[in-house]
Amino acid sequence: MATITASQQRALDMNVITRKQRSLWMDAADRLRRNKAAMAGLFVILGFALVAIFADLRVGPLHIQLAPYDPTCYFYLNGHTACGGDVVGARSGPPTANPFWGANADPRFLLGTDQIGRDILSRLMFSARISMVIGFVPVVLYFLIGGTIGLAAGYYGGWIDNLLMRFTDIVYAFPDLLLLIIIMATIRNTWIGDIMGGLFLMFIALSIVNWVGMARLVRGQVLSLREKEFVEAARSIGAGPVRIMTRHLLPNSLAPVIVSMAFSVPLAIFAEASLSFLGIGIKPPTPSWGVMINEGFVVFTGTPSMVLLPAACIALVMLAFTFLGDGLRDALDPRMKL
Amino acid sequence: MSANLLEVKALKTQFFTRDGVVHAVDDVSFELAVGETLGIVGESGCGKSVTALSLMRLIPNPPGRIVNGTILFEGQDVMKLDDDDVRALRGRKIAMIFQDPMTSLNPVLTISRQISEALELHLKMDRAESRKRTIELLELVGIPSAKKRLDDYPHQFSGGMRQRVMIAMALSCNPKLILADEPTTALDVTIQAQILQILKDLSQEFRTAFILITHDLGVVAGMTQRIHVMYGGEIVEKADTFELFDNPKHPYTWGLLKSIPRLDEQRREKLQPIEGLPPDLIAPPPGCRFEPRCTYKRDRCSAEHPGLRQALNAKDGHETRCFGTQPGAMNGWLAQTDWRREIGSIEVLEQVKQQVAELPPEAVRAATSDVPPPPAAER
Repeated sequence: MATITASQQRALDMNVITRKQRSLWMDAADRLRRNKAAMAGLFVILGFALVAIFADLRVGPLHIQLAPYDPTCYFYLNGHTACGGDVVGARSGPPTANPFWGANADPRFLLGTDQIGRDILSRLMFSARISMVIGFVPVVLYFLIGGTIGLAAGYYGGWIDNLLMRFTDIVYAFPDLLLLIIIMATIRNTWIGDIMGGLFLMFIALSIVNWVGMARLVRGQVLSLREKEFVEAARSIGAGPVRIMTRHLLPNSLAPVIVSMAFSVPLAIFAEASLSFLGIGIKPPTPSWGVMINEGFVVFTGTPSMVLLPAACIALVMLAFTFLGDGLRDALDPRMKL
Repeated sequence: MSANLLEVKALKTQFFTRDGVVHAVDDVSFELAVGETLGIVGESGCGKSVTALSLMRLIPNPPGRIVNGTILFEGQDVMKLDDDDVRALRGRKIAMIFQDPMTSLNPVLTISRQISEALELHLKMDRAESRKRTIELLELVGIPSAKKRLDDYPHQFSGGMRQRVMIAMALSCNPKLILADEPTTALDVTIQAQILQILKDLSQEFRTAFILITHDLGVVAGMTQRIHVMYGGEIVEKADTFELFDNPKHPYTWGLLKSIPRLDEQRREKLQPIEGLPPDLIAPPPGCRFEPRCTYKRDRCSAEHPGLRQALNAKDGHETRCFGTQPGAMNGWLAQTDWRREIGSIEVLEQVKQQVAELPPEAVRAATSDVPPPPAAER
């Protein structure tokens, strides 16, 4: 037979049938992409995220401002404006301008202003920032705290498991909202409560309350995974506990963890809104949807839009995350039909 | 005997369960020379796998514990090493191939990452080096276009290919000893032959010692130099491979041999299974552990526990744990028995069958769990 030249060899190599490298994650992404409700949810979330980011973005010389005004600026009827500082003036009076469909609408303020002359649209946009941050940051913290505790408890078992899980049970035994209210109400007025307009304390409070679910979930996963042969195989090549936990156990338990995280996001957003509505969440004048509902509540009968607009935003974001969570669950575990 | 790679002395592994102490491995001793292949044969639940796991100190604790014995590997007592040193040994000097290739690979890691894990751990290779070595290893175990399959995930491989990957993993650091725990049980017969051929070639090429654990005498026949037969947590017969098939000296071994189909058998006759169930290792029989199922037994067998001794009418080093084939008081009543013709006492056989028939089916299933259902006995 004739010898094969280099170019012929290359041609041969190119003709070798190769399949695309496909990880389980890529399969899951495909399934997610086919889920219309989940994709709709994803787009809504992306939309809110973009608004949140570009509400007022300054990066060096670049300045993108989607929001028409500073959300903490007051536009007095006499034409004066003042920015920053806390609420000045009557909060019980009517809004200084109604939304565009109202009687005394002001073309400068599309969705009107509140009782003390702050632009509602700008406040809604800036509130999206709070909600997005409060949706994602604590969830990552749940994962870090609950994941670590769950991994350690599940992997080591024995007294470590007992100790960690009894501690988890104790935290779990407190009613969520009550514990949140207690933490927020007691620490909110200290210096910790002032960091980032109360955001930091909200992160901490939400994490303290909600990591337990994650810890239990991860522990359960690890308990079933650690008996698998591939874990024994990893041990047999000399892998230590940390390596087995991070490289073998955690990645394999990630699917339900991601689903749980997706469902935790709207709950965190809702918790923030609830606490802010009760007046023990984000500190005014920082806008948040919960704060806005609280402020609009007193004039609900006169100007329902002040409550309904932020409420609609909360509902929309929560619905979007729920759809996305459902889609993720179906995509990551096609066998699990709930 | 310092030339031995591995010396196991009086190994005793027990599991402390709610129902009592399971004597999974009871007083097992053997040795292995550099590059030697040893077969450990026995039915499920007789302590083969636990022996292998004990050698690597991989017994899950709790509930298991190695309560006694020394494991000398290259002159070093594995039992006395601390955790870090044992980990340094695992994968580097002693590697293991597991039974089920479908579950022994981590589904979320690519093949290359799984194989390079040991390389990174023990040989401190970086990504590029370990990738290169991984390609070599995959080619060594006969995976076509290894370069292209490197970043595949386990689910893209067939069972036989995955077992090759497992072998590549075990070989990655050039270990001195590979423990193959039923490496071909989960594979179909043609693939079995290929995998065994690979193991055989590798053991010759690299002078790697193998311990091949199986319940299939056919698998060890062509592979190993010596065979140890285990029953009820003990070694009941030790012999060279040829000697064991030619001149077996323990009724349990006879039973195993009679229950495999033979091509050279003349008459059309039924395979003879070993009647009865393996012993309960929580409360093993006080005498010979095989006595309740043995059709050749005498009174002495249930009263006294036989030791492992040189067999009568056998090659030097052929040891058996049966009074009937050892020199002794009754001059080995089985020493001259032709196991192919004489099946022992029919009455005992019927008794054992009766006992099993009276057991609830769950008990039978529990006692024989993880044994694949025996193939249809008729030929």
